[in-house]
Amino acid sequence: MSTVVARRQGLTGNDAVALAWRQINPDVVAAYPITPSTQVVERFARYLADGEATTEFVPTESEHSAISACVGASAAGARVMTATSSQGLALMHEVLYIASGLRLPIVMAVATRALSAPLNIHGDHSDVMGSRDAGWVQLYAGTVQEAYDLSILAVRVAERARVPVMVCLDGFTLSHSLEPVLVYADDAVRAFVGEARTSGYRLLDGEGAGPLTVGPLALPDAYMDFRRALANAMGRALEVIAGETAAFNAHFGRDLPVHLEASGLEEADGALLLLGSTADVVREALAGRSSASGRIGVVRLLTFRPFPAEAVRQALSHVARVVVMDRADSLSTLGGPLGIEVRAALYGQAFPPAVTDVIYGLGGRELRARDLERLRALFQEEPVPGPVYLGVEDG
Amino acid sequence: MPAEPAALPWRDLDAGPVLPGETSRRFLTGDWRERRPRLDLDRCVHCLLCWLYCPDTSVLVAGGRVVGIDLDYCKGCGVCAAVCPPSAAAITMVEEER
Repeated sequence: MSTVVARRQGLTGNDAVALAWRQINPDVVAAYPITPSTQVVERFARYLADGEATTEFVPTESEHSAISACVGASAAGARVMTATSSQGLALMHEVLYIASGLRLPIVMAVATRALSAPLNIHGDHSDVMGSRDAGWVQLYAGTVQEAYDLSILAVRVAERARVPVMVCLDGFTLSHSLEPVLVYADDAVRAFVGEARTSGYRLLDGEGAGPLTVGPLALPDAYMDFRRALANAMGRALEVIAGETAAFNAHFGRDLPVHLEASGLEEADGALLLLGSTADVVREALAGRSSASGRIGVVRLLTFRPFPAEAVRQALSHVARVVVMDRADSLSTLGGPLGIEVRAALYGQAFPPAVTDVIYGLGGRELRARDLERLRALFQEEPVPGPVYLGVEDG
Repeated sequence: MPAEPAALPWRDLDAGPVLPGETSRRFLTGDWRERRPRLDLDRCVHCLLCWLYCPDTSVLVAGGRVVGIDLDYCKGCGVCAAVCPPSAAAITMVEEER
């Protein structure tokens, strides 16, 4: 174990994010509390009150204001963070596009949660999937350790790729669950994230040279070129994430997976593919077991935006069947966002695996033993064009 | 509005849309006006309500007195005429002629 690990500590996901923030000591945090991300800001405010960080904290009157304050502070060259969930992220939606369009390296923790109606505070991915096309990198933690690790990694990814980053941790399942976490020394974290790279940031180049216009009008002769540049940055972010993950692992002596974690795929006939904390559960449930149709591996994506299509194709290159588990529905009748994108990534392959998309766990619904049986059975059934709804009567 | 793409080199746009300040001065926005304000300075009482309410700061004021309308930016919304006191009625909206 490297000397950069200071201690092993029991932390909830929200605690872990707040701890990472304290160690990073960003210039500005602007936030409005919302379940289940509330404690991120509560814990961080306590660190500030105790003099353990020097961040300018802006308690706003809404999430729209919180992200707007982040945009202003980031445009001025500050290293900026915020946290939210569900309706709060939905309320930020308009400004998410402004943050990415202005190429601001804001880092946001999202304790993922269902959207109303009906009102539900529990975990699923409907909120973050609602902003999947907003030009933000989306990284999904599978454990509390990863919520901590990705919070640190996200700073370097955002500042080097020049796009904002969401660190998604499953509401309650990770945000409120206590896990043992390897905590790094403050110095090691500071050394990794370094000083905010504002000197290389064009928004500050005009300092002292007169006023700047940030986010001007762009008519049809210019707008599309900026969007093309943003699309390019998202493509490049895949390489940035890979490079920074390698740097992270080298610096902290860790083994954070690059884009995805594949397990049990050797000699597997089928694979479950999913995001977030459910992967550990299904891996445990499937470990060492074979279904009637053969062994089943598990592929867990850490990177969802940009979509790591090549890594997904490679991971699934030797399996005949894939069951994608979506914790959000696109309501298109074609399946959830993850299933649709996996199908798109596999389209045109010489021998693509057959894909079944499963919608599960909406609004915090538990995966039960009989749901896992159903999952196993799906590997033997003909794929259906639409999604299978797991855990509801008659699917 | 230019009809042809300007062929901006998108590879040079990696830091986002940032311009020097005050470039809006060079972007004339009065050219879609359908009506224009006609100011009768003989009737104007210089209450400055039109200056206060104009959404585009198109009412020109010098020394605390209205001196004219900047038609480069005026969009002909008619707010100035609407707030002009009826007793003065110094501003009326007329059909734009081009």
